[in-house]
Amino acid sequence: MKRLLLTTAATLSVSAAFTLSAQAESLTLCWAAWDPANALVELSKDFEAASGHTMNFEFVPWPNFADRMLNELNSGGKLCDLMIGDSQWIGGAAESGHYVKLNDFFDANAITMDAFVPATVTGYSEWPKNTPNYWSLPAFGDVVGWTYRKDWFERPEIAAEFKEKYGRDLVAPATFAELRDIAEFFQGREIDGKTVYGASIYTERGSEGITMGAMDVLYSFGFKYENPEKPYEMEGFVNSPGAVAGLEFYKSLYDCCTLPGSSNAYMGEGIDAYKSGQVALQMNFAFTWPGFEVDPNVGGGKTGYLVNPAGPDGERFAQLGGQGISVVAYSEKQDAALEYIKWFAQPDVQAKWWSMGGFSCLRAVVEDPSFASSQPYAQTFLDSMAIVKDFWAEPAYATLLQDTQKRFHDYVVAGTGTAQEALDGLVADWTVTFEDEGKL
Amino acid sequence: MTDTIPASRPIRRRIRALSDRSIAWLFVAPTIFLLLAVNIFPLIWTIRLSFTDFRANRPNREVEWVGLENYRRILTDPDIWNTMQVTAHFLVWTIALQVLIGFTLAWLINRKFRGNDLWTTLIVLPMMLSPAVVGNFWTFFYQPQIGLFNYVVSFFSGVDPSSFTMIGSVTLAPWAIIIVDTWMWSPFVMLICLAGLRSIPDYIYEAAEIDRASKWRQFWTITVPMVLPFLMLAVLFRGIENFKMFDLVVQLTGGGPGSTTELASINLKREAFEKWRTGYSSAFAVILFVTVFGLASIYVKALNKVKDR
Repeated sequence: MKRLLLTTAATLSVSAAFTLSAQAESLTLCWAAWDPANALVELSKDFEAASGHTMNFEFVPWPNFADRMLNELNSGGKLCDLMIGDSQWIGGAAESGHYVKLNDFFDANAITMDAFVPATVTGYSEWPKNTPNYWSLPAFGDVVGWTYRKDWFERPEIAAEFKEKYGRDLVAPATFAELRDIAEFFQGREIDGKTVYGASIYTERGSEGITMGAMDVLYSFGFKYENPEKPYEMEGFVNSPGAVAGLEFYKSLYDCCTLPGSSNAYMGEGIDAYKSGQVALQMNFAFTWPGFEVDPNVGGGKTGYLVNPAGPDGERFAQLGGQGISVVAYSEKQDAALEYIKWFAQPDVQAKWWSMGGFSCLRAVVEDPSFASSQPYAQTFLDSMAIVKDFWAEPAYATLLQDTQKRFHDYVVAGTGTAQEALDGLVADWTVTFEDEGKL
Repeated sequence: MTDTIPASRPIRRRIRALSDRSIAWLFVAPTIFLLLAVNIFPLIWTIRLSFTDFRANRPNREVEWVGLENYRRILTDPDIWNTMQVTAHFLVWTIALQVLIGFTLAWLINRKFRGNDLWTTLIVLPMMLSPAVVGNFWTFFYQPQIGLFNYVVSFFSGVDPSSFTMIGSVTLAPWAIIIVDTWMWSPFVMLICLAGLRSIPDYIYEAAEIDRASKWRQFWTITVPMVLPFLMLAVLFRGIENFKMFDLVVQLTGGGPGSTTELASINLKREAFEKWRTGYSSAFAVILFVTVFGLASIYVKALNKVKDR
């Protein structure tokens, strides 16, 4: 009751504050077209009611999202007042002046970054990294993890056959080696009269797919972007023996255990393969998990959620996804856009955001004692967010990303050259880019 | 009202006084202006950018003049030569197959038979579709588990349909894009050849019949030479189109697996709008333009010679 009163009082006071704001504006928020965006449309109705502003949305499908939105920002377009941009854009957006710096706004409105999960602050808000310069508010936490068919794992005949073959129980894998064994075991197996396959992994060439997937594995094998002691020194870190082993592992997983025709698969293809019951394991971002829970084929307890398994030396990391929300510097309605961010940062709004399928980054939400049991995947999400690493967020990230896409796809999918050659080539490509940038 | 009447008279008089040449320029000027604005100016701008390290996604970054560095990098980049090889493979095979199939279809359609018009309409249907749509539905045809193509191959060869993947295999993917382009554009070659075949007067064949020339000889000494200029025109159109082929292949394979089907235009798009190396990609675009323009000029000269024969 006390909580209800407090929430009501807070809502009323915020409503009053917004009602007093100068004039009602029509704001446009730009993001990717996916399930969380639909949830945000619903959530934003509360903001419209409280503030009197009208919210419009521009959602672009993921494969075209970066192209479309970066063009918008680079051309100084006024379409978007608020942008939920990808984490890797932060360096370029900050240095090119596309985003409004939010430090003063945060200070004036008592919004502290300590209130958010540290990895999301570093990943989505800071530029330069690890400095208190904030360009966005963490909006949607995301991370690559795995789902598996718990119902298949629990079938006595399958479990017995697995135990006989591998000498251990068929349970969620703790290491990548175990994961491959399981994928191999299910590859081509007949289940309920249908041929199923081992795993769905990221192999997409056009945007960022294979990089997100391979990096998700490589981190736990010892891959590092640079010498921690000497920035931009990549030789021996990007192409370390561990990184080479990691890339070889990813290729072996692609060769042995994926479903036919998955040479260009990303999030959507993974969802389709998993929901249609074609694969036992699936690599995908956490945002897909709420959809599985309500799916008639794989929901209702049939799906298990898994933090990235450990590499050969026990190291365990995961690829960060997710985005922060920023105010576009070219917007003529920046005050109203900042009002939205202020509203969005409130704990009760963040709690509602999580309940609607949005992955909140607010510690008050994710560290609440009831959070872990609020959804079957909540604990996996929390554990995964604690071990994240992200791709370069440099202003030249697009060039660095496309070089990686090419090197990885050439080796993993097309089978050109060796893993060592692919990573040596990547060091060479990235070196040229950083030289062009004047950083080497 | 009264003021405007005297004012309009001198204008009319002035227009009447214009020479034919001036009037011609007056009509042509808007088109020339449009051409300059949308073709010539961007071309000159692109050439200028090709000597810089400009990046369109970093408008605030200082732009440096790099001279011929972009051209040197491109011409010594093995990846660029790989895309040129892939483009040449695609170009040669699509044109060869389209000429063969298009001419054969035209030759068959040119014969008088029942349902001729219906067959012509059915055959030209693929070229009326959008390349993006064609690319999209052929990805389903090529799908190893549910794809029609794999089932047809399986029906005739007995191999398991899911045992091969057309767009995921390094060996098969280059042929996958050739098959689709040939399916889509052979009707275009057919239409042009049909126009050529129908332009041959019947009396030439009648004279050949009187001279007791065999059908085979008539084909090689009358049909082929008289259709050749049309055929060469079709090759020119298809050559230019396929040199800059983008949409169909992007939808089908995205340039993959790896870089197996990465045509020059796909590579150019990646450099320009994904890596945002605007200066570098401008240099690549200039090289491609010079290549197409040079080859097309030589070809047009050859075509004119054939026509004059």
